[in-house]
Amino acid sequence: MLALPPAPAPPPRRQVFVGTAFFAAIAASLLGGMLALWLRLRKEAIAGVDGRWMPKDISVPLVPVNVMLIALIPLCIFAQWAVYSAKREDRPHTGLALALTGFMGLALINAQAFIYATMNVPANGGTFSIMFYVVTGVTVALAVIGVVFSAVTAFRYLGGRTSDREVVAAHALYWYAFAAVFTAVWFVVYVTK
Amino acid sequence: MTTIDTHATSAAPASAGLACVAEWVTTTDHKKIGRLYLGSAAVALMGTVVVAALLAFERVDASASMLDIGSLTQLFSIYRFGLTYVVMLPLMIGLALAIVPLQVGARSLAFPRLAAAGFWTWLIGAVMSIVAISANGGPNGGNARFVDLFTLSAALAMVGLLGSAVSLLTSILTTRAPGLNMRRVPMFTWSVLTMCLALVIALPVVIGNLLVVFVAHKYPSLSQLSGNQAISQFGGFGFTQPTTIIFAVPVFGFLAETVATASGARLKPRGPVLAAIALVGTAIFATAVQSPVIIRSPFRDLSSGDKVSDLVPYALVHLLPLLGAFLAVAVTLSMLRKKARISAPLVFGVLASLLALLGVVASALFHIGDTGLAGTVFEEGTWLALVYAAVLAGMGAVVYWGPKWWGRTMSKAALPLALLGFLGALLASVPMMIAGFADQPGAVFPAVEPGIDGVTQFDYSGPSGLWNALSGAGHALVLLSVLAFVALALRGFLKGEHAGDDPWDGQTLEWATTSPAPEANFADIHIVQSAEPLLDLKPSTRSDA
Repeated sequence: MLALPPAPAPPPRRQVFVGTAFFAAIAASLLGGMLALWLRLRKEAIAGVDGRWMPKDISVPLVPVNVMLIALIPLCIFAQWAVYSAKREDRPHTGLALALTGFMGLALINAQAFIYATMNVPANGGTFSIMFYVVTGVTVALAVIGVVFSAVTAFRYLGGRTSDREVVAAHALYWYAFAAVFTAVWFVVYVTK
Repeated sequence: MTTIDTHATSAAPASAGLACVAEWVTTTDHKKIGRLYLGSAAVALMGTVVVAALLAFERVDASASMLDIGSLTQLFSIYRFGLTYVVMLPLMIGLALAIVPLQVGARSLAFPRLAAAGFWTWLIGAVMSIVAISANGGPNGGNARFVDLFTLSAALAMVGLLGSAVSLLTSILTTRAPGLNMRRVPMFTWSVLTMCLALVIALPVVIGNLLVVFVAHKYPSLSQLSGNQAISQFGGFGFTQPTTIIFAVPVFGFLAETVATASGARLKPRGPVLAAIALVGTAIFATAVQSPVIIRSPFRDLSSGDKVSDLVPYALVHLLPLLGAFLAVAVTLSMLRKKARISAPLVFGVLASLLALLGVVASALFHIGDTGLAGTVFEEGTWLALVYAAVLAGMGAVVYWGPKWWGRTMSKAALPLALLGFLGALLASVPMMIAGFADQPGAVFPAVEPGIDGVTQFDYSGPSGLWNALSGAGHALVLLSVLAFVALALRGFLKGEHAGDDPWDGQTLEWATTSPAPEANFADIHIVQSAEPLLDLKPSTRSDA
């Protein structure tokens, strides 16, 4: 057998971080494709007989929608705070930052539930309704995954795996990607309508 | 330094019965996960090729019906879904899972449980999809519950494939041996990287559209999303070109591997080949727009602005992949020396890549409006060329890398099967392309109305009998070659000659470990100093000998 020169085991190369980056790319592609379909169907609807995309009797509650967008700023700050604290092995602050990140994620889900109740869009109300529920539903699912990610990261870190900073960084990356994706959803679904 | 010294003769005895099954079901060994994909895809291939042959013969005579008209819609759906997402893509993913970690000198796959979960998710999704189609679900299906089941199951199968793709991508980026930078990665690994990156962008878009169609179908309303043709209307782009071109990218990587090995020399214009393979991946832009990128007809009558607005996206989506495929084949084949060792993997690689090139050229042609090919079976011929290119490459890869998985070699009788398979693939696809020029109607998911004579829906003014019969015969030849190949593989890998560690005089890291490779692949991590690490050692080894 041919013998190549041996080498020491290479240092870990941030597999969780890279894997999370690909998951974020998948999420962005999923919602990006749906938003592209939304815009296409909207254009067709406006060019149609009614000349409308959103039914007349439905209005968007702008306050909770904009609060959701603004909530992304502290959410990202908290996620980055967790990375900062983890690097300095500051366990209490890391735990606090992760908890606050998860809490903000829950607040986003709650706000979306409030929007559903306020808008009262019928599930079988036509193309707008279908697209509205699918796009926002996938966004909520991504937020739920983010909250679970926050919880898992917090439990791992507080459970004593303090050297495992890569997971905290991957967690922050996920929320940044979520913020970018949600901003696109906010603009297309709630602003452009 | 040595690698782990385990050979087929000294391998641990296989666990018996349930323990063996449990070991395979719960395995995280990338070679086993890859082989699970390959085995499942091979079984599916044999089934769907039978369906393909039946459908081709069904279209021979417009006045007589061989199959039940009511089942034609379902058979067409099984044919398209089966060959694309149960055969072609899983074959490429499985091959990549089984060999890429060995090629990059890694001891294991990144996220092996994700890859294993991906396989089982895909398998469950694929089986449920076929069941749903059979029960009058699927595209254009009449049973609402099974249409819903198909939509979700197809999405599930794609999610599984995506999981395995993420595992592969992370492995390539994070587990390479020291010194193996991205310019030095083996060609096949590079092609897998290109395919998987494209999949990360393409498959979520298809999955998203299937979810939209599912919700629309579940809560019916006056929407174009709710109809039973919505799957083909909004998700059809995931089953046709140029999306399927992405799935065939590893074919070009396999060609480069086999040519370099057969030539016994370094692949000199390495950069251009890497760039060419990456260019084929630009077909991904077609998925981003979710609808065919065509040059409208008549092109001559378009305004200058319209001409530019048609030509630029067309060039991006169709001409760049075409340029990439052409360069990948031309540059690689120019490397083939006169003294090159002709082996079964080389023949499989060359023929598969020529077939894939034909598919890419035909896809570019199909999207020119002035050719008048839209709505004809030309698209089916194009798709078949790409699918069978992947199948041929898969067969060649099993001959080539099989020793690393089973420790034994296949019989040399595999070589004629490459020619037989290629002939079958050509016969299956090219007559469909010719029939397309004669305006034989076709669609990604044809909806055959039972109320009228279904076969007449495929009728056209050309010699339908000849082209469709040739296509059917082509499918039959492919089936024959696959059956013979499976029989040869079973005999070879169970009772064949023991393979040496480097039976093909290879150049890349997988040949530096034993045959079969142990579960941890390598005992030591290797330092790599060139793109052909084993070739660096061979002159001295030979002189020593």
